[in-house]
Amino acid sequence: MLAASGLVAQNVAFGMVALMMIVGAIRVVTTKNVVHAALWLVVVLAGAAAQYLILSAEFVAITQVLVYIGAVTVLFLFGTMLTRAQLGKSTDLNNKNWALGIPVALLLLGTLVYVLVDSFHADKVIDDPKSVPVVTTQQISDSIFRPYLIPFWALSFVLLAALIGAIVLARKD
Amino acid sequence: MLLNEFLLLGAVLFAIGVYGVIARKNAVLVLMSIELILNSVNINLLAFALRNGGDPTGHTFALYIIAVAAAEVGVGLALVLLVYRNKRSIALDELSEMKG
Repeated sequence: MLAASGLVAQNVAFGMVALMMIVGAIRVVTTKNVVHAALWLVVVLAGAAAQYLILSAEFVAITQVLVYIGAVTVLFLFGTMLTRAQLGKSTDLNNKNWALGIPVALLLLGTLVYVLVDSFHADKVIDDPKSVPVVTTQQISDSIFRPYLIPFWALSFVLLAALIGAIVLARKD
Repeated sequence: MLLNEFLLLGAVLFAIGVYGVIARKNAVLVLMSIELILNSVNINLLAFALRNGGDPTGHTFALYIIAVAAAEVGVGLALVLLVYRNKRSIALDELSEMKG
């Protein structure tokens, strides 16, 4: 399978990064320390950026690094700092019936895996390894500002509302 | 590269995120699990974009999802701060005033 697809380096990189992401994600939801969870989340987000690079989506990968790793993680660390006095281990991070989440997640995963394997048995991302399609930033901006301009405006209003809402909610008076 | 490699990675991350949303009590950790879910969706979008011969539509919507996620985290953490200020705790199972 690996040699047949002709993209051995990409497959090896995918496997290593995917393993790192899954381990990081499991640590995010199981660790006993909120700060460690935020730092494991950085591992998952950086792995996602690497996957975007493997999928030849450079602009989205850079945006992921800037927005998620640069801003969202800092926001999470601030949230942790402002809502908890102690930063060490704590024992009350899980619900009483947290074990209920395991069968739900496994059921969901089983359904998704069955559906995906059934639908896309051996579909390839790239048919011809010689000509990998490239999406330029110009194409992305053309797509944003031509066919998807209305969602872009809606998104601008969402961001404005989120900005004002966050200030109104967090203001002390 | 098989399409299913990326889709299955997205499915695994999605399931882990759903487990985190169900199992966690701390509101900040629930928000982190939601970030995992949103990232798994982005991987799917970009895999399908490449499979459609480099369609920029998938990239566009991945960028929109990143923006929505940033807005969601901003409002979510403001709400968490407000709850903490009023109750001195961000355990989600203690927020039961609206229970009928």
